[in-house]
This record gives sequence, structure tokens and C-alpha cells, in this order.
Amino acid sequence: MIKIKAKDVDVFYGKKQALYNISLDIEENQVTALIGPSGCGKSTFLRCLNRMNDVIDICSVKGEILINDFNINDKSCDVVRLREKIGMVFQKPNPFPKTLYENVSYGPTIHGMAQSKQEMDEIVETSLKKAALWEEVKDRLHEPGTGLSGGQQQRLCIARAISVRPEVILMDEPCSALDPIATAQIEELIDELKKEHTIIIVTHSMAQAARVSQNTGFFHLGQLIEHGSTDKIFKNPDNKKTQDYITGRFG
Amino acid sequence: MNKNKEQLLNKRYKAEQRFRLYGLSAIFMALLFLTIFIFKIFSTGYSAFQKTWLIVPVTFDAELMMLDQNPSKEDLQDADYYDIALKSMADLDPKANEDQENELKRMVSYFFEKEIKNELLNDPNLIGKTKEVYLTASDDLDQVFKGNYPRDLPEDQRRVSDYQLKIFDQLVANGKVESKFNISFFTNADSREAELAGIASSFMGSIFSILVCLMIAFPVAVLAAIYLEEFAPKNRFTDFIEVNINNLAAVPSIVFGLLGLGVLLAIFQLPRSTPLVGGITLSLMTLPTIIIAARASLKAVPPSIREAALAMGASRMQTTMHHTVPLSMPGTLSGTIIGLAQALGETAPLILIGMVAFVNTIPGSPMDPAASLPVQIYIWAESAERGFVEKVSACIMVLLGFLIIMNLFAQIIRHKFEKKWS
Repeated sequence: MIKIKAKDVDVFYGKKQALYNISLDIEENQVTALIGPSGCGKSTFLRCLNRMNDVIDICSVKGEILINDFNINDKSCDVVRLREKIGMVFQKPNPFPKTLYENVSYGPTIHGMAQSKQEMDEIVETSLKKAALWEEVKDRLHEPGTGLSGGQQQRLCIARAISVRPEVILMDEPCSALDPIATAQIEELIDELKKEHTIIIVTHSMAQAARVSQNTGFFHLGQLIEHGSTDKIFKNPDNKKTQDYITGRFG
Repeated sequence: MNKNKEQLLNKRYKAEQRFRLYGLSAIFMALLFLTIFIFKIFSTGYSAFQKTWLIVPVTFDAELMMLDQNPSKEDLQDADYYDIALKSMADLDPKANEDQENELKRMVSYFFEKEIKNELLNDPNLIGKTKEVYLTASDDLDQVFKGNYPRDLPEDQRRVSDYQLKIFDQLVANGKVESKFNISFFTNADSREAELAGIASSFMGSIFSILVCLMIAFPVAVLAAIYLEEFAPKNRFTDFIEVNINNLAAVPSIVFGLLGLGVLLAIFQLPRSTPLVGGITLSLMTLPTIIIAARASLKAVPPSIREAALAMGASRMQTTMHHTVPLSMPGTLSGTIIGLAQALGETAPLILIGMVAFVNTIPGSPMDPAASLPVQIYIWAESAERGFVEKVSACIMVLLGFLIIMNLFAQIIRHKFEKKWS
């Protein structure tokens, strides 16, 4: 099943074009990795999917992005509802400087997803359990989220993202600020999460892309050079550039 | 080659040592000036917190007071105290002639009649009896007692006559002169007589002005800062506004005073000399300071927090109100307090809107005429009497104390409520 369909997406920062004609299909309940050298536009593309580029004044996006066959670049699209359906995890863990509980309950609160305190407690608990953080923090839910270790903070951010039961989770280099053990935990988590969510992950680590993803897209200089199943991209790419990047000849 | 390198290294060390020396001497100079300044103020000002009293025996003669037998409370209120007051002073020297009696009268404040009256009102049984009453010494004798008065001047250049000094010295020798903590400095309004002048009016005036200023400047400035920082598009127009806010912060305060005079008093006909007008004028001055502080602290909130909230589906308004503004509050508040502290010390605009008027009542609301602490300093510094010299320094001490407390408060807010984010 195709969840997201990008058609001829162009992105401009002022006059500078950052993405050229990106067309990419993303499969439901699978992990799609976006790889490529720094500055190639993979994060920009990711941010198109929940319209986070709106925040940047000079950024303009052209083309169609269909999620569930609905064009999110259409004027009738409400970004608040869109972002409720499409969660995001950032490169650097960015918990709110509030308690763990408040961090996770924030999304459900603003979207009115819980009728009672009990329901909210349940949402917080299940979200933290799904993010594999519950056991570590269940006794200190009312301590500040910024007091956790980096890996825990990132899992808290994942818990926060899944608390509103999004259909898609976007991850922008979620492990780049973490040590190998925390990275392994997050990767396991991603594998678990894909059962319920469609995941798109931007990563610098090709090993990580190979480990966690089923599909891979390779970006270079604002263009999508090649995309397909991870197996194929890593073992038998069609494009010479992909081959060079995979084998570490540049990037 | 090696020798060259060593020389270069030595040179670098020497340069660093020199630099440290310059820095240390700069700090030393700054501290020296500060110490001299504070020493000067304290050494002139501390004596203003003491007040000299003459202890004078007063005979509450019912006849002189024109009181009947068994007077009621109202009778006591309306009684004539001037004669017994005058008589008590004249009795200090039984041999005094008429001129000397006049001089004796001027050894205490013109308030002496009232002081004697209060004594009797407190204890009506004193009628017909004699009691030693504390009377406020005149400001010149006050200064004599504190040792600030040049007694060796020729008599015609002094406001205190030789005769007064003689009587005063007798009183001192008999232990009839006492120095006590000067409560009236804090409870009295301004007065033309230095011995009676106090800061109550100007202190309340300052407090009311600051409150009015806070209530106007804070909400307007914070809303402006939030809009400019979080909502306004970045274009030429907002750039223009930003530049002008910064310019506004550099406008001399007297210009705001002219604005207050021309607009608030002339056009809106608000009552002259009141903390209301003073506060509004000061708020115009404080606005840019608070806007700049609030914008700086909004800018200091990491964008990742905004992104996190937006990505959760919070609207821009929710992101701002739930996350950005609370996180920026410590910085905004301490900026506000510093802006208010500036406003508290401001004199020029208040003079223009008439808060320099002589006010001898204590204001009960921002609509009553009042002075303010810095203006009070200015008024007293202009006065000729010797007794006002120490008052100026004392008032400066009060103002400085007020400012230090406010700045301390700003520091505490900044440290206590500042949240650390990773």
C-alpha cells in the first residue's frame, strides 16, 4: 500500500532551489530511509511531509504531496490536523523543559484526546511503553524531561510523537547525537513502531539505513538519484553515483 | 631559530601580563570611584537619620490656654497653645529681653506648638502641671549639635546668634539636648523647614509612578515583543519598526517629558504633578527597554522547542503561549525590573510634567499631587538651608537602597526561574 506519494516536488529557499522534481512513493507500515551526503536536501524533503518548512519565511514548496490521496500542499489542508497525523522526531532530542508526564501528555491535551485524567494517564503509559522508556521512568514521571540522558530524551521525544497516534512518523537523524547503545535501542524501537506507523527516517549512517529500512531513497544535490528496496540499493544499485556513495567513495 | 621562538614566546607572555595589569587597574579605578562616591554620600547623609530634640519644661497653665474647668476633648483641641509654648521657650532664660525671647522661640521648629498640644492630648491630666517635653530643634541647631555647623564664623554671617548658642550650650551641659532616630524623615512630607522635611510624599509618589508605569509598559511591551518576534513577517516594514524601537530607547528622557507635557497635560488635561501622568510618561520611556529585553529573551528560547511544539500539531498561538513565552519570562521580567529601576531614577521628564512642585501632603492615590525621590533630591539640593545638605545625601541613600533591592530582585528572578534546556 502506498501511504505517501510525492509528485514533482520543488523547494526553494528564496531564489536558491534546494530540491528538484522529487517524486517518491512511500509504503505504508514500512521504514523508508533517506540517505545522501550533507546538504543534499533529504531533511528538507522530510520537512515537506508535515509542512514544517512553513516556519521558514523564505521557503516555498511546489508540487503535490499526497497523503492518503489528499494533497497536503493544498490550501484547504489544515497544518494543525496534518501534524497531528504526522509526527516528527528531531535530530537533537528536544523535550520541553517540563515534566516527563507533561511532555507526553502535551499532544493529547491540545488535540483533546483524553476525556479524563485516567485516560490521559493511560495514554502517557502506553506511549512511554511503546517507546521502551516506561520501565526506566515510571517512578519519576513528574521530574523534568531535560534531566534524562540523551538516549532517554530521544525516546521521550518518540513517546511524545506517538502519543497522538500518528499515522506517519518522520525521523530526522534521530540517532546522530546518541551513543551506540542508545542508537541500538532506538533502532529496535523503530522496528517495533513500524507495525503501527509508517516511518520515514533520514540518516547519515548507511549501516543504519541498511539495518532498519525496507526502502531507501538516495539524494544528491537536491535530486532523488535512486530509490527502491533497501536490498537493491545497497547490493545492486542502478546508478553509478549511488554505487559510489554506498561504497564510500564520496560523501 | 630556537632562540627566536623563545623570544616570541616571552613577548607573548609579557603582552598577556600587561593586558592583565591594565584590566586590574581598570577594575581598581572603578572600585575606587565607587568607594569615594559611596563614602561621600554616607558620611554626609548618615546624620540625617538622627534628629536633635530640645527637652523643655512646659507648664500646662489652664488660664494661658483659655481652658475652663473640666475641659472636654474638643476644648483641648481648640485650646490656645501658642502662649504656653512661647512661655516655655522664654522661660529657658528668665532674664531674656523681648528680642532674646524671639530668638529663644526660633531655637525650635515652628511645629513646637503642635508638639506641646499632642503631649496634652495624649495625657489630659497634665493640666496645671509641668512636664519636660521633647521639641524638635531648629535645623541650624540640629546641625550645630551634629557638628556640621561652622561656629567660628563671625556672628553676622551665621543664622544662629551667639545668644542662641549660649543657651544651647547650657542645655547641652544640662543634658537637655537629645539625638534620636529621625522617624519623621520617613513619615513627613516635604517641608520648607529642613528639620521637618521628610520623604514620605516623594517615596509614595515614586511607588505610584512605578506602579502606573509597570501596568502600562509591561503588557504593551510584552505583547509588542511577542508579536514582533513570533508572528510578524520579516520584511522591510518590521525592520523599520525594529530600528525605531532601538532608536526610541536612545531618546533623551527629557523629550518624553515634553511629550507628557504637550500631550497628557495640554491635550488630555490630566491632573498636573500627579504620579499618574509621571507614570505614563515614564512608561513611554520604559517601553523600548522592556521590548528589547523581551525580544532578546524570546530569541534565546531554542528554536527546537518551537519546532517540537509545532510538530506536535500545536498552533502558532499555542506554541507561543504554552512554550516560548513561559520560557522567556525570567529574562523578560528581569529586563522589566531593570527598566523600572531606570524609570525610578529618572528626573528630567518628571520635572517637566510638574512633579517638581512643592508638595507637603502624602499622596493617597496616583491622582494626588506628589514628588518623586529623584525630584526630591533635586528640590533639596537647590535649597539654601544647611539642614538640607544631609537630607540630599540621605534621600540618595534611600533611592540607591530602593534600586539595589530592585536589581537584586531581578537577579533572583533570573537565577531562580531560568530553566535549563539541553
